[in-house]
Amino acid sequence: MGQYILKRILYMIPTLFAISIVAFLIISLPPGDYVDRLVANARYEGDVITEEEAEGMRELYGLNRPLIAQYLVWLGDIVFRGDFGTSFSWSLPVSRLIWERLALTLTISVSSLLFIWVVAIPIGVYSAVKQYSIGDYFFTFLGFIGLAIPNFLLALVLMYISFKYLGQSVGGLFSSEYIGEAWSAGKVLDLLSHLWVPMIVLGTAGTASLIRTLRANLLDELRRPYVTTARTKGLPETYLLIKYPLRHALNPFVSDLNTVFVDLVSGATIVAVVLALQTTGPLLLDALRSQDMFLAGSAIMMLSLMAVFGTLVSDILLAWLDPRIRFD
Amino acid sequence: MSALTANRSAGKEAEFVVAGQWQLIWRKFRKHRLAMFSGVVVSFIYLVVLIPGFFAPFTPEEYRANFTYAPPQPIRFVVRTEDGLRFAPFVYGYKVEIDYNAGRRNFVIDREVSYPVGLFVKGAPYSVLGLFESNIHLFGPVNAGDPLFLLGADRLGRDVLTRTIYGTQVSMTIGLIGVALSLFLGILLGGISGYYGGWIDNFIQRLIEFLRSLPSIPLWIGLAAAIPKDTPPMQVYFLITVILSVIGWTGLARVVRGKFMAIKTEDFVQAAKLDGCSTRRIIFRHMVPTFMSHIIAVVTLAIPGMILAETSLSFLGIGLRPPVISWGVLLQEAQNIRSISTAPWLFWPGVAVTVAVLALNFLGDGLRDAADPYA
Repeated sequence: MGQYILKRILYMIPTLFAISIVAFLIISLPPGDYVDRLVANARYEGDVITEEEAEGMRELYGLNRPLIAQYLVWLGDIVFRGDFGTSFSWSLPVSRLIWERLALTLTISVSSLLFIWVVAIPIGVYSAVKQYSIGDYFFTFLGFIGLAIPNFLLALVLMYISFKYLGQSVGGLFSSEYIGEAWSAGKVLDLLSHLWVPMIVLGTAGTASLIRTLRANLLDELRRPYVTTARTKGLPETYLLIKYPLRHALNPFVSDLNTVFVDLVSGATIVAVVLALQTTGPLLLDALRSQDMFLAGSAIMMLSLMAVFGTLVSDILLAWLDPRIRFD
Repeated sequence: MSALTANRSAGKEAEFVVAGQWQLIWRKFRKHRLAMFSGVVVSFIYLVVLIPGFFAPFTPEEYRANFTYAPPQPIRFVVRTEDGLRFAPFVYGYKVEIDYNAGRRNFVIDREVSYPVGLFVKGAPYSVLGLFESNIHLFGPVNAGDPLFLLGADRLGRDVLTRTIYGTQVSMTIGLIGVALSLFLGILLGGISGYYGGWIDNFIQRLIEFLRSLPSIPLWIGLAAAIPKDTPPMQVYFLITVILSVIGWTGLARVVRGKFMAIKTEDFVQAAKLDGCSTRRIIFRHMVPTFMSHIIAVVTLAIPGMILAETSLSFLGIGLRPPVISWGVLLQEAQNIRSISTAPWLFWPGVAVTVAVLALNFLGDGLRDAADPYA
């Protein structure tokens, strides 16, 4: 097991490099740089930035060096000093902007994952055991709808419903009095009371697909001879179900864990924009719009890292559950 | 009696022996009623893609400044006359109430006024596939100039229904073209990977794993944000499809590789090899036809993802932008709580997305079940 984990971690090193290159490439793709943008903005406001001033700024930000040098400096600072560079538009170190938001993104993704499990397991079991019942059809239908509605649309609809019928706005992760405050027990409770909306919005698609997989797998298992054998031996139905077929059928919950988690991290970006959550999503979008290179690059990189680490954890979990994988 | 049934079943068997693979697939598919129905819905949507002008009562840019945010008009199909009920569809008119507190006009449905609605009415001219012009619309106001907002009007008094119908063109084709590009990449790289094996396979597999472990939306928005703002719409459209498929090909490549791996060792491939067929002939003449049906099913299931991705990107304002009309662009109007609380009918393009994605999913499911008729 230890050997397997070590191997998986070693495999990750090239992946991490590749991620940093992808993130940096995306950032250097747009024509023009941040200074060009400043110059254009200044002109728009009737101000003028001279050629020399622009060059000076490029010197300051290191934008006049060749790309590969910029990349190496950027990566070196991150790896050796934990310094992600400075956000041009915020005039703050990127690391100060990004960590808390990353933690919130992680919180949302993980809680959506838990939501998916808590909801999908009982419904999946019910749908399989009571195949073709009204409840089964209802949940199947609901599942298809859940898969078909884009995340952001679901967020908008929820916002509309709670605005129209509950008379409150559901955006944000904190009540106004806690924004910008230090962490306290009150703030955590406040976060928890706001968390359910993004949790449901993000979790719907994953729940729908897991219900379908669990139902199909469990149906396969229920037809196996060992279930009949157990039944003839007189095992109580519920005990039988939990003891044997369910354990088999739950395998995809762990083996699909990585894709589900990656989808959650990915989907959280757009849901956060709609719901105005203080996570990495809106930060990334703003950074991209204003060509705030280090900030956008770091955000993309950290989100990718989060997804890759999620994959690592789920792989290790799977190897722990299913010994065949370790010896592959 | 028993001889007769035996005879009949023998005849049936004989029929199955002569039925080709595609015939068998069709027979199996036909049994899947939901998939059949979805197939009809999808065909209809693509018909709308071909001639949106016919299905829409107006042109998408036509605006009526005195009908901004007009709510949907209910449609009635029968009128009560002295001789009984008569089929004559009409919509009610609007009354304007001014809300002095909010400082805006509110439209209220006025049941005193009614405007007749007809089928195949003459209206604004549109071009059919760029071939010829027509001004016949499937339905529209009988008297030109009467208001007809079945799904309400937007911020500029444009008909939401008309714009949703025109949005079909971009939203549905971006899925098709994106999937076609992904399929090309998927078959090429998946095929190479599965056919040659060895280090090439290893490399491509690592690449696929890498791409799949990245969160796609942050990457998409990162790439889409790199498209300069002054790029012509057609180019943006094309670039977006490229961006979607650069990340989207991995799923298809996996399927293709799996199939190649499975078939490579089959006897008929060996036989073709011994017959001296070229590699290209073996791949395209002998291997691809055996899993073509699977590919079609997987492709159908991949289109919805592309449609959702385009919609999300455009919704965020970094994909397609107005004046291009796509469902995502239309939903931009519904971006804040204020506009959707005053005009919830701006959600209609979202309903269109949901219906299209649902239909494609069901169709794909049915195709996947039918893809292997021997099972």
